[in-house]
Amino acid sequence: MSNSFQEHFDDLIDREVTIEPKDWMPDDYRKTLIRQISQHAHSEIVGMLPEGNWITRAPSLRRKAVLLAKVQDEAGHGLYLYSAAETLGVTRDTLYDQLHTGKAKYSSIFNYPTLTWADMGAIGWLVDGAAIMNQVPLCRTSYGPYARAMVRVCKEESFHQRQGFEIMLTLSKGTEIQKKLAQDAFNRWWWPSLMMFGPPDAESPHTVQSVRWRIKRLTNDELRQKFVDVTVEQAKVLGLEIPDKDLKWNEERGHHDFGAINWEEFWNVVKGNGPCNKQRLETRKSAWENGQWVRDAAMAHAEKRKARKAVKEAA
Amino acid sequence: MANKSEWPLWEVFIRSKAGLDHKHAGSLHAADAEMAIENARDVYTRRMEGVSIWVVESKNIHASDPDESDSLYDPANDKIYRHPTFYNLPDEVKYM
Repeated sequence: MSNSFQEHFDDLIDREVTIEPKDWMPDDYRKTLIRQISQHAHSEIVGMLPEGNWITRAPSLRRKAVLLAKVQDEAGHGLYLYSAAETLGVTRDTLYDQLHTGKAKYSSIFNYPTLTWADMGAIGWLVDGAAIMNQVPLCRTSYGPYARAMVRVCKEESFHQRQGFEIMLTLSKGTEIQKKLAQDAFNRWWWPSLMMFGPPDAESPHTVQSVRWRIKRLTNDELRQKFVDVTVEQAKVLGLEIPDKDLKWNEERGHHDFGAINWEEFWNVVKGNGPCNKQRLETRKSAWENGQWVRDAAMAHAEKRKARKAVKEAA
Repeated sequence: MANKSEWPLWEVFIRSKAGLDHKHAGSLHAADAEMAIENARDVYTRRMEGVSIWVVESKNIHASDPDESDSLYDPANDKIYRHPTFYNLPDEVKYM
């Protein structure tokens, strides 16, 4: 048995033993996890909005059913993750409040608009693809409830990417205009997708600690490179062009080199100045505020029924 | 805007198919048990993961204390004779 709580915790981490809610954990570990898990949950929930934009305008009943199912999944993923965060001792309402007041962040990619139907393809293929790349290593993260939520999320996510790729494939094999739509969506979503992995390792001060704690298993740059390498091959199948003139295979590294990312744009969107930041947050806030009476009514109804039952049983 | 009263938290247990036991799937908020089951259906069984759902309000779950693990589970450690592999059988006994 170790001498201190901290040593015992470090020992569990080193031996790849999972940490569970009732185990002792350092305050920073708890805080970092709450921030990371809730940020992820918020991303799932806000991520429903750009796609929700196209549900009523999907080009066929099949596409509509698929998109509905995908957006419903995102809601489910948000719920799994909020539940995981709550096991760390934070309430759901606090988490929502942090989102609505702008204290908590969500993935900045959802602050870009979805202009055409092809964006549904590009989002599924690229954004969900990047998310999967991020999420698969988290199935082995050190915190039990988070890891179990991620297993569920990853199982469901692969359909999301495939349906997106299928949309892109159909468009790119279609008419000239359809192909143009696909390329245009690709052009707009490519760079923001690369930004999804976060700032370069050199500017990501928490990476070392997070890797040590196994709440991050690969660094931002490692994941980004992996994503570029697999996506280049998929783009060839689609016959679409990667919008990066500096992209080329580097024999020595065994990876693709790619052009410089516009980090100024990234930070600008993170700070709230992206094309849709305001609109996304307003939509969430109004959904929450306008739903207040529903939540109150459901609670009042449940309490009334409970009271009635108590009277009946007493009689 | 804060909720006047947050819906209570429920733990969800799912039986994945007939003959298996219910297994913890996760948790969710709901105003009452009926709503908890309906929400659990939507959140945890979108892909035919279940044939039966249990919900228990989280406050009613009592758990063992991980700091007492040693004293709780130690007594089982030195009783290896409870396992069939503790016993040596002569080779002539082919099946037992």
